[in-house]
Amino acid sequence: MNKNIKFIIIILFSLFVFFVFYKGLEKPKNYLPEKNLNKIETSLVFKNLNDQKEILLGDLITNNSFSIINIWASWCLPCRDEHAYLLKLRNINKIDIIGINYKDKKSNAIEFLSDLGNPYHEVLVDLDGTKSIELGAIGVPETYLINNKILVKKYIGPLDDAKFKEIINLIKNEKN
Amino acid sequence: MKKIKLILYIFSFTLFFLNNLNAANSQQVDKISKNLRCLICQGQSVYDSQSDFALSMKILINKKINEGKNEKEIYDFLKNKYGEWIVYEPEISQNTILLWVIPLILFIFGGILIVRKVSIK
Amino acid sequence: MINQIGNFSLFIALFASIFLIFQSSNVIRNKSKNLDGKIFSALSVQSLMVLISFFSLIYAFIVSDFSNETVYNNSHTTKPLFYKISGSWGNHEGSLLLWLLVLNIFLFIFFISSKKLLNKYRILTVLFQELIIIGFLLFIIFTSNPFLHLFPIPKEGTGLNPILQDPALAIHPPILYLGYVGTSIIFSSALAALVYGMVNKIWAKHIKKWIVISWIFLTIGILLGSIWAYYELGWGGFWFWDPVENVSLMPWFCLTALFHTIIVLEKRNIYQSWTIILSIATFSLSMGGTFLVRSGILNSIHTFANDPSRGIFILCFLLVLVLLAISIFFIFQKKLLKNFTKTFLVSKETAIIVNNWFMMFFLSVVLIGTVYPIFLEVINGSKISIGPPFYQKLIVPFLIPFLLFMAVGPKIKWIKDNLSKINYNQFILFILSIAISYLLVKLYGISYLLILPLFGLGFFLFFLTIKDFFSKNSTLSQKISHFGFSLFILSILFNGTLAKEFSSNMKVGDERKFLNKIIKFENIKIIEKNNYKSLVANFKISDEKSSISLNPEVRIYNQPRTLTSEAAINSTIYSDNFLVFNVIKDDGYYNVRYQFKPLMMWIWFSIILISAGGILSYLKKNE
Repeated sequence: MNKNIKFIIIILFSLFVFFVFYKGLEKPKNYLPEKNLNKIETSLVFKNLNDQKEILLGDLITNNSFSIINIWASWCLPCRDEHAYLLKLRNINKIDIIGINYKDKKSNAIEFLSDLGNPYHEVLVDLDGTKSIELGAIGVPETYLINNKILVKKYIGPLDDAKFKEIINLIKNEKN
Repeated sequence: MKKIKLILYIFSFTLFFLNNLNAANSQQVDKISKNLRCLICQGQSVYDSQSDFALSMKILINKKINEGKNEKEIYDFLKNKYGEWIVYEPEISQNTILLWVIPLILFIFGGILIVRKVSIK
Repeated sequence: MINQIGNFSLFIALFASIFLIFQSSNVIRNKSKNLDGKIFSALSVQSLMVLISFFSLIYAFIVSDFSNETVYNNSHTTKPLFYKISGSWGNHEGSLLLWLLVLNIFLFIFFISSKKLLNKYRILTVLFQELIIIGFLLFIIFTSNPFLHLFPIPKEGTGLNPILQDPALAIHPPILYLGYVGTSIIFSSALAALVYGMVNKIWAKHIKKWIVISWIFLTIGILLGSIWAYYELGWGGFWFWDPVENVSLMPWFCLTALFHTIIVLEKRNIYQSWTIILSIATFSLSMGGTFLVRSGILNSIHTFANDPSRGIFILCFLLVLVLLAISIFFIFQKKLLKNFTKTFLVSKETAIIVNNWFMMFFLSVVLIGTVYPIFLEVINGSKISIGPPFYQKLIVPFLIPFLLFMAVGPKIKWIKDNLSKINYNQFILFILSIAISYLLVKLYGISYLLILPLFGLGFFLFFLTIKDFFSKNSTLSQKISHFGFSLFILSILFNGTLAKEFSSNMKVGDERKFLNKIIKFENIKIIEKNNYKSLVANFKISDEKSSISLNPEVRIYNQPRTLTSEAAINSTIYSDNFLVFNVIKDDGYYNVRYQFKPLMMWIWFSIILISAGGILSYLKKNE
């Protein structure tokens, strides 16, 4: 009898392990930091790209409306691809887009913007990449949709049609 | 006689063992970044990685240490941003208690099994 | 054409497998008498077919036949011939084919070398082994076929990942597979022996050879992988507690435990069910490891092409094998000898079971550390990482009692002994060891808490194993392996505590001071090679006495376009100077990492010694 119980327990245990692995296969393999924080680090102080003036991030994010933070660099190829979407967002919705220029050379960054157009309300500089980490970014490009100083949605990687539509919808729904 | 020898063994052992308690931490940044997982090249530590993310992370850790933050505060800060995943050594919590305890339980269990199968005389 | 040959051979092998399963179960159910001849020829045909299949794949790689999808995905015409060949098993499909080949060859060898044993036992082993083979055949043919046809035929392949283009990594997988597959023979034969109630001295003697041979291959396979990681990944470490590495370590712990236990079974005819459990567990861990690595369920630095359907197949296959093994174990357990008597506290039997106890503990740490994140994520969705600190914290403290037991254990006699043998000689050695390690700790200012007892016991074991060479109470193979292990522990301790590391951004002409050394970045030049472009830097590292020149490289491979850093390593018997550099975005600057690693060579050498003990034990037939 004792032996049978042992047998059943071991079989059940094997099945349990099987089940867990089976489920585990469905999970995504790569880890992406989903939204861990709803708050945006508003106390960060940045320098402006053009005149090097110090600006508090919190001052740029307006209350009671949407803003977008976009982390980009001139050396980053996907950033070029997503640039058109940022311009569109700027034109359609008149939202403030705050650009954070990530580990870039000033001259290259300015050239990039004059070539492709400037969607940004303000371009801030993150020379050593540490401020982006304080914002919870892992690289370029990343885009944060913020409403009322609260992080609504975080996009890691370049914007595309789907993400663009989602942003438009999120803004529309909120306004209605 | 046997017992005395054994005690002598254990005694000389613990004596030197205790003598060596004064641990000092010098290369804090290295130590912390070795315990952080790089999010870009997953599977590498921040310390080993050459990615932009990892390089910035090392600068940030340095800054935080200068600000007077201790190791735990830095981990907490980063966990807050990136989730528990970023540290290689999971803290003991509801989620991880079993991780630390199961091997020890198995060890004790094994010990009991052996004791039961062994006769002293 | 060659693709079809390879493919058809696999199908013929599949039919041979079905035939063998059918025939062998007939023999077992007493339906037909002696079918040795038939089984022998079916096995030969099967092995031959898999061999043909394997060689057609190699041929397709050599001639760069890009109508073959595997070749297209993993090769390139400009690749050197050596890596074209090794590339055939450097990918998922090809490596499985190699695995299958080894399975067949091992079974064939088993069949012809076990003629003295009970015929039914042999046939049943063949049956179990064929179940494994058929699983692999189905897996290869239906989810990972290396002979898929591509049309239109591409002109050029996509190339082999450059970090895999390396001599150590070319032979690492075959050797490791020999170890893994060897455990399948142990598994099948243990189950067959259990069914026929012949888990006894004779069987132990016979299966010990397979255990030893698998153990040797597994050990050397892990060693090669580790050497590769050391110089190719460019981080200066040799073990990262990465899931893929852990997966090879788990069966190793199990096999090492089995290696010791089988000696008890052979000499004393006890621990039968434990031997069977270990045999089942070793193979399950080898297979489970394959699942973990190939399914992509784990997040690791070493990635194989991942495909969930493959994962599901291996998982189901593994479940079937495990359930089969467990059921057989419980049904036939009663056939095990019931003459169990308690072993004495101070006896070799107990000492060996204590060894097993620690092996199982180390195994459980590695196993739980590796799979825990999967369980946690499935159960409540949280994601965590488990890395080196976890393993070190749980394993290192337990090394202290382990080393102590290891120092004392092998000297204890069979059946019953007493501790009064701990003579004053040994005690003096012990004090001496502690004193040496105390001096070391003071001299180098090491501050880690457990280092002193670890060093002390490491030296103690080291002295005792040296002393053992002059005594007669153990076999030479054991002396060598245990001495190798003590050397291993000491080298790791020295290496881990005294390693120094320096990292800085430098440009040509820069000089940096580090410890008592000066690191100078002399120059950099570009060399064009057949399939890559190379930036070769020249560094000079000098101290008061000497200076060495190191030439690390950054290679830019064209197919696929990848950047790799080749470390420059200067090895001496005292220490390694390891230097690697990386391209960074700042113009003209390179990130330079220099590491001083004491006794690195001794780590490799000690593992070779450990394996040499195994080889010796294999060669001595009638020990």
